[in-house]
Amino acid sequence: MKTFYWLVKREFWEHRGGFLWTPVITGGVFLLLNLMGIVASEVIGSQHGFHFMFNNNIHILDHALNSDDAARAGALMDMMMYSTTMIISIVLGFVVFFYCLGALYDDRRDRSLLFWKSLPLSDSATVLSKVVAGTLLAPLIAVVCGVITGIAMLLLFTITLSFHGVGAWHLLVYAHPFQVIANLVGSIPLYALWALPSVGWLLLCSAWARSKPFLWAAVLPVAVGMMLGWFNLMDGSFMGNGWYWRDVCGRILLSVFPGSWLGPDNFRTMGSGAEHTLDFLGLGNAYSVMSTPGFWIGALAGLALLAGAIWLRRWRDDT
Amino acid sequence: MNAVVTASGLSKRYKNTAALDNASFRIEAGRIVGLIGPNGAGKTTALKAILGLTDFQGELSVLGLDPRKQRNKLMEQVCFIADVAVLPRWIRVNEVVDFVANIHPRFDRKKCEAFLARTKLTPNQRVKQMSKGMIVQLHLALVMAIDARLLVLDEPTLGLDILYRKQFYQNLLEDYFDENKTIIVTTHQVEEVEHILTDLMFIRDGRIVLDADMDAVGERFAEVMVGADKAAEARQLKPLDERQVFGKSIFLFDGADRARLEALGEIRRPSVSDLFVATMKGTYA
Repeated sequence: MKTFYWLVKREFWEHRGGFLWTPVITGGVFLLLNLMGIVASEVIGSQHGFHFMFNNNIHILDHALNSDDAARAGALMDMMMYSTTMIISIVLGFVVFFYCLGALYDDRRDRSLLFWKSLPLSDSATVLSKVVAGTLLAPLIAVVCGVITGIAMLLLFTITLSFHGVGAWHLLVYAHPFQVIANLVGSIPLYALWALPSVGWLLLCSAWARSKPFLWAAVLPVAVGMMLGWFNLMDGSFMGNGWYWRDVCGRILLSVFPGSWLGPDNFRTMGSGAEHTLDFLGLGNAYSVMSTPGFWIGALAGLALLAGAIWLRRWRDDT
Repeated sequence: MNAVVTASGLSKRYKNTAALDNASFRIEAGRIVGLIGPNGAGKTTALKAILGLTDFQGELSVLGLDPRKQRNKLMEQVCFIADVAVLPRWIRVNEVVDFVANIHPRFDRKKCEAFLARTKLTPNQRVKQMSKGMIVQLHLALVMAIDARLLVLDEPTLGLDILYRKQFYQNLLEDYFDENKTIIVTTHQVEEVEHILTDLMFIRDGRIVLDADMDAVGERFAEVMVGADKAAEARQLKPLDERQVFGKSIFLFDGADRARLEALGEIRRPSVSDLFVATMKGTYA
């Protein structure tokens, strides 16, 4: 167990840039853009005398809100915290994708594999530590960064409002930061299981390729899809092979993107409207994907791919 | 006897060349064995087989374990340095010491820090900021702090300047080696290791062509400097090799009668590199 902890720690050391600095910088840039937007609108507003927005309507905020408005304000602020996390999550998807693709390849290329292999470390522990780093540690850091960015955004807007004489501080109590955090952290295990087929496939390619793992990982499934499409065409049946693109190609390449378990169909069944968006993002809905067979088939396939990656890791050397 | 490595009928083929061709050998505990051969002779393949990094045919037992099946257990007792610069470039000195200290049951952190204190390495330095010589100092400090029974060195000093090379072997002898440890080393810089070796193994085209301890080598092989008048007589004794220096001929004999050689001229113990060149004649032809 101690060894495993240090293995994960090693992954963090090596990929501090992707795991920690990427979400921090993304959040920072996002905040900076917002700040620039606010400053720009302030400057333009004072030049042209557009004050109606703040002066007329916003004063309703001074009054005590009725419960309906309070709920709406709370939902709005929760959305803001989700949205910053979502932006960081998209970046996280790219980070995890390329992390997995390089995890068992880079050390063969620079031959540091020979150093790691000179230590009493089992290949399964090595591969699993990379899975844990990519699917649990990296998302956890992303969620923390996302929520902090979201809270900073709220404070930014509240301070801007207070410059206009609008005290919105009391509104902050209607937000549910802990619920948001619980929701996001709670979805990390779901993410780990959902991402398994992608992580397994990418690690397998990473352990197998003698060069250019990206090409193998991406081109092979796409080429197979095109072959299938071609045979379908020959058959005279113009039935699409959409299931392949969605349930095989998509799952082994794109499942590393958090929230890719949520589809437009899913949103529609929840009632489409803006007021349902938060339910849509809630844990209950997220975990409903676990009731689909595709979820579990994907996870099992992912485990099989990981077993293959471990076997390859055992026998591939630096040549 | 307590053999550290026992190999019999070791074979390994890459596509159309045999890297190891039915090689058999034994390495006893407490020895420093030089595994020496030309490029592509199978040295690295033999070491990789011993370390369980590659599959092969034949029987091989290292410290009583099968490196193919019991690799994890084996690596607690075995260390290796595979040429220079295999330490990951991103890692810092303090990180790699922390890591090895926490995952290796036989690592002595104090020892390692004492070795590092003798170098110019600083705890926050990254491997990518180090010269080749410094990387090997770090690697050696890590390896010497591990109480292993077998140390495998594959071209450990390749590309280092002479100061680092001398220091490397000196540290190994003074601070590491004892009768419970065994070292296997492959290198092309034969002159630098020949004084520390206890055993010599020549490998050519995947076969062990010479396997003897250094004393036996001294008894078996002899080099004689012969004047032009006796050269023909010397040639009749079937020398391994002949070369000309200042109008005299130097002959290298394998197992020839000492008394007859003494009559020809002055007998010397041949250097390992001369022996090597004579044995490997025609390898690249």
